[in-house]
Amino acid sequence: MLVNRKLILAHFWLAFAVFGIALTLGAWQMFIRSPIGTWLSNPELYYRSLTAHGTVMGYVFPTLVAMGFGYAISESALQQRLVGVRWAWAGFWLIVAGSIMAVIPIALGRASVLYTFYPPLIGNVFYYLGVVLVVVGSWFWVALMSINLRVWRKAHPGAPVPLAMFANVAGSYLWAWTAVGAALELLLQIIPVAAGLKSTIDAGLARVFFSWTLHAIVYFWLMPTYIAYYTIVPRAIGGRVYSDSMARISFILFLVVAMPIGMHHTFADPQVGAGFKFIHSAFTALVALPTLLTVFTICASVEIAARLRGGRGMFGWIRALPWDNPMMLALAFSFVMLGFGGAGGLINMSYQLDASIHNTQWITGHFHLIFGGAIVIMYFAIAYDLWPHLTGRELIDVRLMRTQLWLWFVGMIVTTFPWHWVGILGMPRRMAYFDFGDPAIAPQSLSVTLSAIGGFVLLASGIIFIVILARGMRAPQAEAGPYRFALAVHEPKTVPVALNTHALWVALMIALTLTNYGYPILTLALTEGTSVPAVYVGAQ
Amino acid sequence: MSTRDLFTFSNPHFTRGVGITAAILIVTAIAGFIVLPFAQPWVQFANVWDAICSAAGVPQRAASVTAPEQAKRLSGVVLTSNTLSRPSQEAIGRGATLAQRCAICHGPTGISRADSPNLAGQYAAVIYKELHDFRSGARTNAVMSPFAVNLTDQEIADLSNYYAYLPRLPAYHPTPQLPKPSIVIYGAPMRGIAPCGACHGSLDNKTGSPWLEGQSEAYMKAQLQAFASGERRNDISQQMRNIARAMTPQEIEQAAAYYASQPPDVVKAVD
Repeated sequence: MLVNRKLILAHFWLAFAVFGIALTLGAWQMFIRSPIGTWLSNPELYYRSLTAHGTVMGYVFPTLVAMGFGYAISESALQQRLVGVRWAWAGFWLIVAGSIMAVIPIALGRASVLYTFYPPLIGNVFYYLGVVLVVVGSWFWVALMSINLRVWRKAHPGAPVPLAMFANVAGSYLWAWTAVGAALELLLQIIPVAAGLKSTIDAGLARVFFSWTLHAIVYFWLMPTYIAYYTIVPRAIGGRVYSDSMARISFILFLVVAMPIGMHHTFADPQVGAGFKFIHSAFTALVALPTLLTVFTICASVEIAARLRGGRGMFGWIRALPWDNPMMLALAFSFVMLGFGGAGGLINMSYQLDASIHNTQWITGHFHLIFGGAIVIMYFAIAYDLWPHLTGRELIDVRLMRTQLWLWFVGMIVTTFPWHWVGILGMPRRMAYFDFGDPAIAPQSLSVTLSAIGGFVLLASGIIFIVILARGMRAPQAEAGPYRFALAVHEPKTVPVALNTHALWVALMIALTLTNYGYPILTLALTEGTSVPAVYVGAQ
Repeated sequence: MSTRDLFTFSNPHFTRGVGITAAILIVTAIAGFIVLPFAQPWVQFANVWDAICSAAGVPQRAASVTAPEQAKRLSGVVLTSNTLSRPSQEAIGRGATLAQRCAICHGPTGISRADSPNLAGQYAAVIYKELHDFRSGARTNAVMSPFAVNLTDQEIADLSNYYAYLPRLPAYHPTPQLPKPSIVIYGAPMRGIAPCGACHGSLDNKTGSPWLEGQSEAYMKAQLQAFASGERRNDISQQMRNIARAMTPQEIEQAAAYYASQPPDVVKAVD
């Protein structure tokens, strides 16, 4: 029951439009700092582009996808009209306003601070205010998801919350809490300096605040993907979810342990004690658990589909899978990229191993493989799956969809594998250009060139994706029927209250944030003389 | 079972959830705060509490280490966003009167005929810093130091604002414009040299760095050599000394010749 289709379509279209722009910038960046481009005579242009790419891909694009998908889930999984549609539109327009407000200073070169802000670098205050507006707009969505679930619960006392909505609300709570870190950094630290009220900034504290957001935000990006794994893929390929409880436990684990682990981003920072770094490292290891659970459950669900289709034997069932189904293809690609990306992540989170790849191109390769690869390819799949229900028109060109997914997968592998490799060789990240004529790094030119070619393959795939969706808006009308989610092998009749509500897990998430972040933040905030002069971008 | 029964120890999900989380936290805390600190044989701890404090990152003052005495004075200039903001016409006028003393070397219009720096339209922060450094002795020059020693803070601020206010005129003997050499535009990444243009104009300007277009070639060359030899040391955190030391004599020549040949109207209008 998708009533507010316009609302959902608006979110998706805005998301994919800004994604297209940021993707183009990304491909240009890969090219311009590779040996096939001539050196950029103005590195500031590179950082300008990098800031736009990161801000869009990190804050605007995934947030809009999660919001649009969240509204779709709320209406179709709960079978009830969205409560608070006006507020949803208000949140959407806040994001539009925030994005425009942030993009203008970036385009003028007044906010080339990269999306991670990097204090004591300080850009134009409107850039930060724009980001705040985007976050505030998304908080409207968080509140609406919670309210809609509450309304449904009142009407269905004691009934099991549909898995898709349970996961969706878990994702919204995770986002609400994890965004607090960056919000504190912006409101208490950066904006007062950018607005000219202060001229020094506690860069160490700001970085700790940002690490609060920076890791769990990845799990917020991941949520739509995991929801698609559990609730769309099995239905799309004709199977069932192997275990509803296992799915709930995975989402609960994300809620609890995605948050108190961000300090693995500050392993090289002197302002954080080694003990806390160790705790964060250990908890980061735990976050592999829900992913492993998911991989197991989804493989089992896929096997069910294959066996229902007549698959036989220990591995013979794999052949029986519907490989021409874009959803199947997207899932397989996503898992492969998740596997490699996850393995790389285990290296990043290990206190000692991290030292060898810290601040190298390995890191950039890693998060592009996980986010751009494993996560975004499922965003495509979600869009393909939802589109006919949103537009009332059929997406006919399945072959083109498969081509698009293949190109994205191949492009991402070609881009990120050499990227990891040059990172191991020691190539630093965040550099506008490299002197490949120098014998010391000349051997890396082949890898960097390959990476840049991969970037253009990704761009081609992105263009095809947008073309498919745009053509879908003009295809002949066809009623797609109600939007459904996958059923479990054993559909839950009753669910223990702990697996049907979020309160306990949200409480644990907040408690772990206090234990793992409380002391470092308090000491940094209370220690005198820890601020440094701000460095204003483009100021004199 | 209702929500009210969620947070009770009779709910196995609650006991297990909280218990496992607390157990993991305690085990990792013991490992991180006690076991691992003592596992580092090269670090000595007085007792367990000392190890815990160290691992928690408790800020500690170094016991009795005093900073080594600096043989020579370093720049002590502090610039805040309010130091030179919005000068009054009066202040500029006072600066103009004071600047009559400077005109013999720096020219009546702020354009030198004697290989001294051109000051017309230079950033106020730059003149402010250099005058302070000459006064404190962080930078020395037989001619300039005696002029600076008796200036008050107010006079330094007025002079800075006056020169910043003057229009940027072309150099006295402009030379044909040269193309940008790679040291200016790309630096030398493998030697850790940022492009000159990243701070001094051509690409971008950083607070405290002068724009250099149209300055005397001989002057800029001499300053780079003085930075390289360590004779001049009023640059913050050795920024310029590190760069000048790594530059080749050709690069010094090229950078000086390039900036000397540029007209001042290409200075980025960022102020």
